[in-house]
Amino acid sequence: MSSAFTPEMWRSIFPEIGLLILAIVLLVFDLIWLKQPQMRARWLGWMTSIGIVLIMGISAGISMPQGQGSVEWGGMLRFDAAGFVFRMIFMSAAALTALFASQFEALKKRGEFYALLLISTLGMNLMASAADLILLFLAIETTSLPLYVMAGFLTRDDRSVEAGIKYFLFGAITSAVMLYGFSLIYGLTGTTQIYELRSAFQAGNLPVGLAELVIVLVLVGFGFKISAAPFHFWAPDVYSGAPTPVAGFLSTASKAAGFAVLLRVLQIAFAGQGSLWTVLIAVLATASMLIGNYLALAQRSIKRLLAYSSIAHAGYILIGVAADSELGTLSVIYYLIAYLVTNLAAFGIVNLIESRVGSDEISALAGLNRRSAGLGLAMLAALLSLGGIPPFAGFFAKLLVFAAAVERGLIWLVLVGVFNAVVGLYYYLNVLKVIYLHPPVEEKEVFPPTPAWRIALWVCLAGILLIGFWFAPWYSLAQAATSAIWIY
Amino acid sequence: MIPLAWYLIFSAALFCIGLFGALARKNAVAILMGVELMLNAVNVNLIAFWHYYAQMRSTPYVHGLAFTTMVFVVAAAEVAVGLALVISAYRRRQTPVVDELTLLKG
Repeated sequence: MSSAFTPEMWRSIFPEIGLLILAIVLLVFDLIWLKQPQMRARWLGWMTSIGIVLIMGISAGISMPQGQGSVEWGGMLRFDAAGFVFRMIFMSAAALTALFASQFEALKKRGEFYALLLISTLGMNLMASAADLILLFLAIETTSLPLYVMAGFLTRDDRSVEAGIKYFLFGAITSAVMLYGFSLIYGLTGTTQIYELRSAFQAGNLPVGLAELVIVLVLVGFGFKISAAPFHFWAPDVYSGAPTPVAGFLSTASKAAGFAVLLRVLQIAFAGQGSLWTVLIAVLATASMLIGNYLALAQRSIKRLLAYSSIAHAGYILIGVAADSELGTLSVIYYLIAYLVTNLAAFGIVNLIESRVGSDEISALAGLNRRSAGLGLAMLAALLSLGGIPPFAGFFAKLLVFAAAVERGLIWLVLVGVFNAVVGLYYYLNVLKVIYLHPPVEEKEVFPPTPAWRIALWVCLAGILLIGFWFAPWYSLAQAATSAIWIY
Repeated sequence: MIPLAWYLIFSAALFCIGLFGALARKNAVAILMGVELMLNAVNVNLIAFWHYYAQMRSTPYVHGLAFTTMVFVVAAAEVAVGLALVISAYRRRQTPVVDELTLLKG
């Protein structure tokens, strides 16, 4: 651990530096175009998105970690393939969200919204590569604080304000509980480095019960971020109240960041307590799947339905975590990639329909295929992928997760998962029934979708199909990330 | 010299009071105060442990102190964002009471 700056250090945080600069540039342009709202509405979303894609491209070129990876910044940051893959996931979600947001009247002119989106993505990037509890805590808060503001961004809208305050209160309480767990970890081991914790916890010189207590406390905070039951209460309210692009971002990138942290902390710091936390995670998975799917059946708002479905999906992904194996980790990352494009597409379409019909009821989708055949087909692909029907992305993701659990002999968990997948399929098909068989509803005013929105939807649809058909590149990405986590 | 355990019992009590306050109170500002108590319990913990380890080891480790500083900074930022959200809710609905925010349910 030398104190001199090395090029490696700067390479390890290149994407974060890029995101910060991009956020500042956006705020400057927001000022330059203060009197020209049309310019802001037209270009800010594009600038965000293109900027992120550029950062992704450059960091794939210059800041790709080599080999086993290294620990940078005095042990704060782990520079490895897992961090890299997760960064790519978060940044693609942010780029797509920025494009979708340019369809949303109240957001597209607001430079500060895009800046908040970027800062929150920066926090997620650091979450995925944090190797120290101090940085991990700071990264989680850097992610959460902009998200609270984004959820309550529409200060003239009662529902958005309510979503913001509910999200904030849940987040503040759970993160304080998690932090108490962190302080106990520091107390028990005398270190905050995740990679040193492993040996400290394995030494077996801890009083009985304390490691267990710490794991439970920490899981409260992580459970909130991934919206797993019983820490899911915020999700339906926040998803339905927050601006729709924000809800899409919350359900994909924020959840993925939670899982990135969960994988690293559980499988590295608490590797010795595997027999305990796999049971806890399996219980959380079962609860999330049951609660998510059964409550989704009763929903009339499409955004609430997607919220409960996202809780259920957290449950499916947790099956992969509970497997506690290399295949399990791989399946989690694969699932997150597939879920990202699928759910962003679904929320993107809901965003457009909401602005046209003025309601987020499922009935607002009635006869969508006759109003616009393309949108109907896109929603069909997204919903079937969520339901896990081949050849769409969601099928392979579910297959891998279940395979990982079978490999470890968690047959009962797989049975619960498969049973829940059938229940899930029922309500997805119910929405499709409304789209294809019900008489079309009146559209209040027909906004043509902006080019940005179209491109984002095309990218998502291409993703849904490609991840379904063309398995190899995504699998090898997930594999690279997995081996970086399992190297220890 | 006060033993480490006393600090830990104190911080555990503080944490429980804070958690109870955060879960039992209906007023958003009171919930925030509960959260602040919880964060203070964390700080007491961290400083007590840091002091313990500083005495045990000859080389000074600053992890505990750095962590505490971060908790301070983040707590301040969190309160700033939280109060802004409470105010924006108060402007729309004329109430800081969370139970009366019932537009979103089901």
